[in-house]
Amino acid sequence: MKEVKVNNVEWMTTKNEPGKTYLMQGNEAIVRGALEGGVHFASSYPGSPSSQVLGMLGHIAEDQGFRAEWSTNETTALQSCMGASFANGRAICIVKQNGLLFHGDTIHCGALGGIKGGLVIVSSDDPDSHSSTNEFDSRHMAVSANIPMLEPASVQETKDMIPYAFELSEELGQMVLVRVTTRICHGRGSVTLGEIPERRPFTPIGLWDRMVGINWLHGFLLEKLERAREAFEVSPFNHYTGKEGAEKLIITGGTGMKYVQEALEEFGKEDEVGVLSLGCLWPLPEKFILKYLSKASKALIVEEVDPFLEEHISAIAGKAKLSVDIQGRADLIPSIGELNPEVVFKAVGEFLGEELPSKPVCGGEGCPAIEGVNIPARELTFCAGCPHRASFFILKQALRMEGHKGVVMGDIGCYTMAGQRAGQYGYHFMSCMGSGISAAEGLGQLTSYGFDQPVVSLCGDSTFFHSVVPGLINAKMNEANILHIVLDNSATAMTGFQPHPGTGQTAMGFETEKISIQALCESLGCRVWKADPFDVENTKNLICELIGMKGLKVLILEQPCATLAAKTRKKKKVWVDTDICRGANCGCDGYCSRVWGCPGNIWDFEKDCAAIDEVVCVGCGACASICPSGAIKVEGGDE
Amino acid sequence: MRTNVVICGIGGQGNILASGLMGSALVEMGYKVAVGETYGASQRGGSVMSHLRVSDDVERGVLIPHGKADVVVAFEPVEALRILRVYGNPDTKVIYDTRPAYPLGVLIGEDEYPSIEAIDAEINARSSISYPLPATEMAMEAGNAKVANILMMGALAALDEMPLEPDDFFKVLEQNFHGGALELNKKVFMTGYRWIKEGGAK
Repeated sequence: MKEVKVNNVEWMTTKNEPGKTYLMQGNEAIVRGALEGGVHFASSYPGSPSSQVLGMLGHIAEDQGFRAEWSTNETTALQSCMGASFANGRAICIVKQNGLLFHGDTIHCGALGGIKGGLVIVSSDDPDSHSSTNEFDSRHMAVSANIPMLEPASVQETKDMIPYAFELSEELGQMVLVRVTTRICHGRGSVTLGEIPERRPFTPIGLWDRMVGINWLHGFLLEKLERAREAFEVSPFNHYTGKEGAEKLIITGGTGMKYVQEALEEFGKEDEVGVLSLGCLWPLPEKFILKYLSKASKALIVEEVDPFLEEHISAIAGKAKLSVDIQGRADLIPSIGELNPEVVFKAVGEFLGEELPSKPVCGGEGCPAIEGVNIPARELTFCAGCPHRASFFILKQALRMEGHKGVVMGDIGCYTMAGQRAGQYGYHFMSCMGSGISAAEGLGQLTSYGFDQPVVSLCGDSTFFHSVVPGLINAKMNEANILHIVLDNSATAMTGFQPHPGTGQTAMGFETEKISIQALCESLGCRVWKADPFDVENTKNLICELIGMKGLKVLILEQPCATLAAKTRKKKKVWVDTDICRGANCGCDGYCSRVWGCPGNIWDFEKDCAAIDEVVCVGCGACASICPSGAIKVEGGDE
Repeated sequence: MRTNVVICGIGGQGNILASGLMGSALVEMGYKVAVGETYGASQRGGSVMSHLRVSDDVERGVLIPHGKADVVVAFEPVEALRILRVYGNPDTKVIYDTRPAYPLGVLIGEDEYPSIEAIDAEINARSSISYPLPATEMAMEAGNAKVANILMMGALAALDEMPLEPDDFFKVLEQNFHGGALELNKKVFMTGYRWIKEGGAK
């Protein structure tokens, strides 16, 4: 079956039919917003929850006549956008919260130098860290870099804000940050389309045109911010609803607005409370806020993650000498985690001094007592046939076999899951992108000063290009004593198989020359080995040998991502020969399902022997090599 | 009219696609729709859920409050229960695929998967009506286990809570699929639709 994207991207995002309404995902709305904003250039490094955006832009870019590209990392992505802006092109850079932090220096210097064509950065935060290692709040970056920032409250606003941000950016000569969150990116709502304009031509760069970030522009930087504040005082993205001059005021940023609306309906208090929904978050429109805040005796602030609005609005209230009582993340709403109806209903209830009418709950009053079964947790694991499962199985065995007290330094990618049961609790250290090798370098240096544990670091292929290369050069220059393993699955798998420099493909679907990790490492003078993680015995022996060797060693474990391979490779038939599998009598105690842990290897409790789940199995055949009785059989398929 | 539906399962079962298609069909008909997708890194075996909120007057936030699901559609039995306990109420209707997908903890022998009878009994006790639908098996018979999601959407569409007819859903299928895939999806949608209409309830 041909893979088809939800709501066929071309169908919705490129139709020039203003006024027509579609159900759109937040990420699709960003794409549509970029088109309606007349984008010339788009660049990104994938990160959830906004990882789909550039893929979709790449898909339509050729037809629509603009450039979309996956960049090596977020810093290069933003710097490329600045280049496009220099010729008066409109550029959009899409990142997640970590990506925004990664290009911190670029944003600060870029803000100082200003821009020509509109430059919009979309940063997607992940409150509750659904698909992140953290829930950092992007909004602080706008304050630190002195750039304007917006945040939409709905999918419609997400689409509408992008063209607005382009216009604002050009009026000010400054980049604009649009903060979105997971519930916007991965939410769907009705979006009424606007017009897709003709794309304007570029402007030649004259002899004395400059984009230079230098401190004598500091004053201009702050002046631009003041002009942004004036624009925000009358922006259509700040709304007030409810009673005029309300004593009780709720101020929301982003997703908070809809939860608050529903809560007020539940309490029947829509007419008593004022709701101020702010879409322009930095600099804050002080006069507009004070118009309502000065009438209120108490205010509740509902926002995602940090008490950002709470602190800045408290400062505004303080400066205006208001006696309003401001509450929010510091008291009525938990200081961690995302907003949801439960959190908001409770906070609104406490704010109003009201209790919700109790609702019927299963097993509650009016419902017979129910004996609950024990529901097993469903933790994350590597996909069926994932080469990482084999790699961590081997690594653990190699470290154990040699009696090594090896220390494993992890990194960011699918293999981050190896810190849990899925990967045999396979690493000791994990921080941010590219940190594994450099932390390993520091630790490995201590082996010359009495530290006697071997040090292994890991990275994936996409992470290798993103930020491991400088760490590898550092390790080489400083003659680190480490084994660095590249888990090369030929994909940026975690975020949805986006191309990277090693895949030989661009975002727009064109071929490009592959960059070889092996050749790159060898060009630095590193000793490089290659092995196949599905060749369990040989690879295990090689790792043991390399751990015992002095100096910097690079091992590339090469095997394509199973999910990707399943799409192109003919599937092998994998099955359990029940005449050979002795089940509980074998003594292996269900080794294939118990230790290997692949979702394709299940246990048939009726026959009490191993089995393969044919719906889940991708036919890699790797499990055949770990069955002590040789009961798992593999037939056919491509090699 | 306001209806809240939770569509849940595990990564890779086509949950997100199904709720997106259903939502689009309803928007085409003029309804206000909000969909919230919770998947995180669940393509790697974790739980997935979509909240589908349909209304004729107001577009809601993307998350359904606890206890407020009118219908739960589950692509896996314990996932049905996991969701029902939080989002269900005594009036909730449940459609669930009876085929278990074992979590890692069960595979490695540290956790136990409850018996299908026990799951079934609790789902029954917690809902107004439950439909144990062997969707994956039926989809495999039709030609591809992967279209079980569309079969489940057919079953959902057959409930009184959903204001759409098969043709409304087919319009959106036609925008997204072609040829053999389109025909297979239409066929299994009707399989699920008829299965409910012909009284598959417990």
